Amino acid sequence: MSAVVDSHAHDHGHHGPAKGFTRWLYTTNHKDIGSMYLWFSFIMFLVGGSMALVIRAELFEPGMQIVDPNFFNQMTTMHGLIMVFGAVMPAFVGLANWLIPIMVGAPDMALPRMNNWSFWILPFAFGLLLSTLFMEGGAPNFGWTFYAPLSTTYAPPSVTFFILAVHMMGISSIMGAINVIATILNMRAPGMTLMKMPLFVWTWLITAFLLIAVMPVLAGAVTMMLMDIHFGTAFFDAAGGGDPVLFQHIFWFFGHPEVYIMILPAFGVASQIIPTFSRKPLFGYPSMVYATASIAILSFIVWAHHMFTVGLPLAAQLFFMYATMLIAVPTGVKVFNWVATMFRGSLTFETPMLFAIAFVILFTIGGFSGLMLSIAPVDFQYHDTYFVVAHFHYVLVPGAIFSIFAAAYYWLPKWTGYMYDELLGKAHFWLSFIGLNLTFFPMHFVGLAGMPRRIPDYALQFADFNQIASMGAFLFGTTQLLFLFIVIKCIRGGKKASAQVWEGADGLEWTLPSPAPYHTFSEPPTVK
Amino acid sequence: MLSRRHLMALALPCLTAPTSVLADWEVNMTPGVTDVSQAVFDLHMIIFWICVVIGVVVFGVMFYSIFAHRKSKGAVPAQFHESTTVEVIWTIIPFAILIGMAIPATGTLIKMYDTSDADIEILITGYQWKWKYEYLNEKVSFFSNMSTTQEQIYNFDEKGEHYLLEVDEPVVIPVGKKVKFLVTAADVIHSWWVPALAVKRDAIPGTVNESWTRVNEPGIYRGQCAELCGKDHAFMPVVVKAVSENEYQEWVLAKQELARQEFELNNKEWTMEELMARGEQVYQRACVACHQANGLGLPPAFPALKDSPVALGPMEGHIDMILNGVKGTSMQAFADQLSEVDIAAVTTYERNAWGNNVGDMATPKMVAERKGQ
Repeated sequence: MSAVVDSHAHDHGHHGPAKGFTRWLYTTNHKDIGSMYLWFSFIMFLVGGSMALVIRAELFEPGMQIVDPNFFNQMTTMHGLIMVFGAVMPAFVGLANWLIPIMVGAPDMALPRMNNWSFWILPFAFGLLLSTLFMEGGAPNFGWTFYAPLSTTYAPPSVTFFILAVHMMGISSIMGAINVIATILNMRAPGMTLMKMPLFVWTWLITAFLLIAVMPVLAGAVTMMLMDIHFGTAFFDAAGGGDPVLFQHIFWFFGHPEVYIMILPAFGVASQIIPTFSRKPLFGYPSMVYATASIAILSFIVWAHHMFTVGLPLAAQLFFMYATMLIAVPTGVKVFNWVATMFRGSLTFETPMLFAIAFVILFTIGGFSGLMLSIAPVDFQYHDTYFVVAHFHYVLVPGAIFSIFAAAYYWLPKWTGYMYDELLGKAHFWLSFIGLNLTFFPMHFVGLAGMPRRIPDYALQFADFNQIASMGAFLFGTTQLLFLFIVIKCIRGGKKASAQVWEGADGLEWTLPSPAPYHTFSEPPTVK
Repeated sequence: MLSRRHLMALALPCLTAPTSVLADWEVNMTPGVTDVSQAVFDLHMIIFWICVVIGVVVFGVMFYSIFAHRKSKGAVPAQFHESTTVEVIWTIIPFAILIGMAIPATGTLIKMYDTSDADIEILITGYQWKWKYEYLNEKVSFFSNMSTTQEQIYNFDEKGEHYLLEVDEPVVIPVGKKVKFLVTAADVIHSWWVPALAVKRDAIPGTVNESWTRVNEPGIYRGQCAELCGKDHAFMPVVVKAVSENEYQEWVLAKQELARQEFELNNKEWTMEELMARGEQVYQRACVACHQANGLGLPPAFPALKDSPVALGPMEGHIDMILNGVKGTSMQAFADQLSEVDIAAVTTYERNAWGNNVGDMATPKMVAERKGQ
């Protein structure tokens, strides 16, 4: 590998990227591809966020004001699909592309051409998905969980395009995951043993295995839907001897590992950032690795806690309740370790640290509501209410998305060579923090008071909290344009960043100059 | 996306300035009116306080570090980063707390699953977008539709106190008796939920789920469909009326008598005017959600009836369509949902409303004949 790169270097002296659009179209460079993933996910974040604002605008007060119920359902469905598959997952793949090679001392990803392909599938997949909005009958309107038979027999015709789009996303994710595993297992610099890898690399290694395990299950589910819709099978059609509950088992066998796919890399990011700004090594590194692996393994045996109301037998109900409660143990270990890392450190609160601390606190609140949801008899009251909406937004927005912001601020100086504007970064943090809590905290209350999720109109007693949530959502949403401004400003210039960037930072990426050159670690570094 | 009607609704600037009077700031689950709902509420509060205590401890340590161990205060970082003892301790303590939590949860769950020895059995069937209740032993059966008007939903009228949580016919149960619910669905998955009873069971086509309740206090308890079931998921509420045993028996007798009278109507001679009037009522109850008050529908999922080939075509085809529905679409089979006279009335109405001027009228007898085919 390094021999090839060397001969290039010989030809051109300093080898840089090609010029123009083809640089991005043909690129096999992990940094270019990482940047494309990150930009793509940010665009999808804004698209999915706009849909959320349509939802919140309609829910600002009781009665139907802005959209009709069918379009409202299209918005909830598309918002969920785009945020999960278009915003959060590609953002983490982008971070993996940028960071894994420079963290393990590799010159690039192991399979660079496949890397190009896994990215370039995505714009087409989401172009296809978004095009359904303009089709007769409208976009998918059956929720991001697309329960049959609402998503088969009773679906709009666009469901076929949705199925194809999901297949494309799945192919992209699987290839990305294979690439991550191949890179981490084969391309570490000499001396970089597994137990010396940065935690971000560890969490991504485990995430990649989860992806390979469950994306084919999702592909199976949508293929069975396709067969039911077009080829006369009856997997999920009770009239033909099938079972709608089978769909939910298959979906959640994918779906539960999927939610950890969206949070494990976030754990990794927090485990990089908190030690840096505490100026103290991560507490309990091995237990962090084992806890991550335990969470991943447990994620395969808890899927039916999403289905406590479908009428499972008592024994199954108990098994899934106990297994789900068990997840609190390794998750708790992680939170305790982060707190122990901060304890008796020497703390400073730059923007990445603010996002990381908020991540720990708010993710833990989402974890608490998750623990409450795991209690099956009580889940009969929580299930499919806004309490669930509050729960998963607490683990996804200040969980996954805050960790992505934290990562962006933390590594932006390494990527661009300039420091971002610290004052604006802090403003972005505080506005986001206030906005998201205004949006999602009241949802706990309306959920407990009995408001079901996925409704475009609601009874009068839920009005006040919904109004607050809608105002918070617009604050949170518009604040993200500030993030765009900060990133562009940072790319265009600013205070020069040093190689070390952060006083307490540790790891191979900080041995590289800022910005990181187009090709790095052509000669593997030696890790002591 | 934006129909004219919606634009008009937008133009009326918040005619019903929402709620300030009626709204409350309810922040917690209801303890409900059954022993099970009380047990569920207690579990909810226990786990909530456990979370609060853990949160106070963990965040307490964290905030202490944030204030005491800042670099700006000259904090010098310690270098410890490993302690197996500590790791073992904070693995075992949460594990013990969880076991303490799992025991009462298991007890309550076992209670909830014990559907034996029921006094009354009610089969609940979810339809897009209404509930059907069948009292299996009493031979009482009816549909329950939301009674909130479209005018309230689209902000032309002021919203009532029980906006979206009111129905034309509540399900009536006696207090103190064990009532077993058998829950299923006719089309997509729905979920029958009444918070005050702590009963939520998915209504799944092809499956009959079981649940039960024993209500302690008379009253009216309101809930909603909890599983996304299509366009009008928000508009299929559940209303349970718990009454004394005597009142319940009277209600059953009255329902049985009413059913007899309804059946008699099939033999009556109907005039065009009577059928049109009755047809409009039936249409408002059973058809309007999809085909809309103006008969224009919401194509392509819900076709227009005005000028439609079915409504203007032969009578037999029109009646068959209503009796049998269209498989694989939202058009349900109404043969078991509406009486013969109601089907005759609504057929007549559809053929002669909104400028459809076929001029003929269907009779209950014709409907009965088509049913026999």
